Amino acid sequence: MNLLRLFSRSQSAPAARERLQVLLAHERASVGDSDLVTKLRDEILRAISKHMQVDDEKVSVRMERGAKVSTLAVDIEIPFDAGKKAA
Amino acid sequence: MGKVIVVTSGKGGVGKTTSSAALGAALARNGEKVVVVDFDVGLRNLDLVMGAERRVVYDLVNVIQGEAKLTQALIRDKRLETLYLLPASQTRDKDNLTAEGVEKVIGALKQAFDWVICDSPAGIERGATLAMRHADVAIVVTNPEVSSVRDSDRIIGLLDSKTLKAESGERMEKHLLLTRYDPLRAERGDMLKVDDVLEILSIPLLGIVPESMDVLRASNVGSPVTLADERSAPAVAYFEAARRLRGEALPVAVPGEKRGFFGKFFGRKAA
Repeated sequence: MNLLRLFSRSQSAPAARERLQVLLAHERASVGDSDLVTKLRDEILRAISKHMQVDDEKVSVRMERGAKVSTLAVDIEIPFDAGKKAA
Repeated sequence: MGKVIVVTSGKGGVGKTTSSAALGAALARNGEKVVVVDFDVGLRNLDLVMGAERRVVYDLVNVIQGEAKLTQALIRDKRLETLYLLPASQTRDKDNLTAEGVEKVIGALKQAFDWVICDSPAGIERGATLAMRHADVAIVVTNPEVSSVRDSDRIIGLLDSKTLKAESGERMEKHLLLTRYDPLRAERGDMLKVDDVLEILSIPLLGIVPESMDVLRASNVGSPVTLADERSAPAVAYFEAARRLRGEALPVAVPGEKRGFFGKFFGRKAA
């Protein structure tokens, strides 16, 4: 029983990593000078929510931060009836 | 002129005091003069971890307030004659630390010692900011765990803004010391990996100290882990970290990873 649980359980470290990346990008921006990647994320989400209801569960924002290059990946699931809200 | 190092973390219980004592002893074993200063006024513990709790007569606050001379407050280690401790006060609080007082004490210690290691209290308030204020180098102690990483990020922000070095426009040298690392859990995917933490905090790696019973055992008997059992895994990690502090380009081995660690050179992720 316990063994089964052990194998079926998914890894938790990737979740920790992603949560931290998003959170810290946000906190760094609010404490220090504004951060371009965070600004982009916020504005992209705002722009999308103008046209459709964005379900928090269906949005995944990932950031990779490097010394020279950072990347921002925004994944949003758009349901069939997405346009309804905008109307 | 000695080098001033602050050992800091934001979060409590991650191993600042253990690391201060272990690194201090590791550096002193080479004959260099080392003083470890406890900045945790009100909740001192460095004396206990170093086994000098019964020899404390005067402390940092006494020196700052002019009630004792620096030489009276310094305690020489019983095992290493180049290792000294400047204890914190147990009865008073952090308000007794003044910026001018700390500056004077650190200035005097820098003249007499090769290394001045400041063991910071947890938190981001007065005690912590005063401990980092005069540092030349910062060691950020972090556990591979979300709240510790977040607090470390916060501390890195403070190191880059509230220290004398930062205020004078210089770059603060910062190093990550990853402690309580459990290779088995990391392997299973339930603990942040070394690369995850490095990528998030983007400061160079000073060392990885594995989670170990030896740390608890050493503190039980009042000995820095590098003196209690110098062949134990955490002691080896601290000795290597001390060598990197001296400027040696020694690769960091990730516990549990058999191969490929030769690429992991110190400073490879310099911010």
